[in-house]
Amino acid sequence: MSYEKFIFYVFAALLVFSASMVIVRRNPVHSALFLVFAFFNSAVLWMLLEAEFLAITLVLVYVGAVMVLFLFVIMMLDIELAAIRAGFVRYMGVGALIALAMLVELAMVVGPARFGLDKFAKPSPMAANALPNTEAIGEQLYTVYVYPFEIAAVILLVGIVAAIGLTLRRRPEKKTQNISEQVRVKRADRVRLVKMDAEH
Amino acid sequence: MDAILNLWNSFSQDWPTLATLILILLKIVVIMLPLMVLVAYYTYAERKIIGYMQVRIGPNRVGFFGRHAFGLGQPLADAFKLMFKEIVIPTKANRVLFVIAPMLSLGPALAAWAVFPFNEGMALADINAGLLYLLAMTSVGVYGVIIAGWASNSKYALLGAMRSAAQIVSYEIAMGFALVGVLVAAGSLNLSDIVRAQSGSLLHWYWLPLLPLFLIYFISGVAETNRAPFDVAEGESEIVAGFHVDYSGMTFAAFFLGEYANMILVSALTALMFMGGWLSPFQGTPLEPFFAWVPGFVWLVAKTFFFMYLFLWFRATFPRYRYDQIMRLGWKVFIPITIVWILVVGLAVVYQLPWWFD
Repeated sequence: MSYEKFIFYVFAALLVFSASMVIVRRNPVHSALFLVFAFFNSAVLWMLLEAEFLAITLVLVYVGAVMVLFLFVIMMLDIELAAIRAGFVRYMGVGALIALAMLVELAMVVGPARFGLDKFAKPSPMAANALPNTEAIGEQLYTVYVYPFEIAAVILLVGIVAAIGLTLRRRPEKKTQNISEQVRVKRADRVRLVKMDAEH
Repeated sequence: MDAILNLWNSFSQDWPTLATLILILLKIVVIMLPLMVLVAYYTYAERKIIGYMQVRIGPNRVGFFGRHAFGLGQPLADAFKLMFKEIVIPTKANRVLFVIAPMLSLGPALAAWAVFPFNEGMALADINAGLLYLLAMTSVGVYGVIIAGWASNSKYALLGAMRSAAQIVSYEIAMGFALVGVLVAAGSLNLSDIVRAQSGSLLHWYWLPLLPLFLIYFISGVAETNRAPFDVAEGESEIVAGFHVDYSGMTFAAFFLGEYANMILVSALTALMFMGGWLSPFQGTPLEPFFAWVPGFVWLVAKTFFFMYLFLWFRATFPRYRYDQIMRLGWKVFIPITIVWILVVGLAVVYQLPWWFD
């Protein structure tokens, strides 16, 4: 077994293990942390394919930003573990059916009929003088696919604005500082010197 | 010596993979050992410098062999004390995560050094996507804090972790945008190429054309490391010590090491990306030949020490920010400025603005 193959099997096994732990663990925080671990392992697998841009971006975006916010929310929830377990038997039949359907679908897509070395050629290692990954992806994104890319970006922006718009509500009784007002304040606004006779 | 070299040569022919692994491990040790010593003496420098700034003396008792030696033995004494202290794990804490958290806080701070070029061609891994790797590693560091806060099962720890997570995620955006400016200006993600693109003279370094990004990067770096004046994650006056209230002994020391290693990393990166890295400040002046004998590594260390000193200076000078002001600064001030300046840099590169981008 070659060195790369060994690395692949180690991290693939870890990936499958952590991915199944995500759905098996009862505690949602543990599930989220196993998901983080799964992301790391798939980043390693991408790195083995010499897709370093995708691998590092996966860690940067999903591990560094998305999952942090996920954990942030999960940790603040007061989760009743007993309540989660309560409906398990009732919904098991439906769940098993859906799982079975997905399994069949997956088998149809990545089954031996469409997958394998005879269907896809083995990826050849990158030439030493080839364009680095990041540059190659950037060039494609900003020339060939520039419109889909920009439209996707705008849709995301609209999504952000919509999410903020939904949570934004005016509450007149709420008291908050107006920082620009605080910064702009002058001595004359706050202090009033009065002349008065000395008291006896 | 020759005998050892011969032995090594025959060994590396027989076991090429193993030999490469051993070589990489040796290089890691060569980087880590001085870094750990630097972390230890950074704490000493902090206490001493802030002491003098506040007209105190700072640690001056613990020395070597019966001499006080300006208290230089203090970091070693602290390290031994922490190593031999009992690690108390609270009963209701999540034991596994409680122990893993400090490692997660220290690990990324050390892993980031893998792509750092210390001199021309002197990097453990001179990879194409070095800047991306750095961003990824610094963004992973927040997990140590969050997990510690949650695993402690304490209100104060959780509050500290929440504050810290929100703060780090917010400032990471400004930090990332500042680095995008550097990347646009240098036209490369490779850290050595970024330094090479700054060569010319002191005025060619990116601190001048990217001045707003330089300031924002360093201030965001201070916020990312949870240092004063952005240290609300610890906030002794309100939440005792934030995420590490329940930690003791070596687990506490690991958080401490991680924080200081991160400070050194941010200083070194600022020196690398905005202050010309290993380039001599006398480049392009008549003084250049007189300083040609100084290795580039020395310049890099000198610049890094300057920024490390700024961290301490800030702590002694500024009062702690209020939390809403931290968020306002990050989201409403820094991010818009960086976006505008990326546009400016992009136009300057496209139109080949003389001096820097022609």
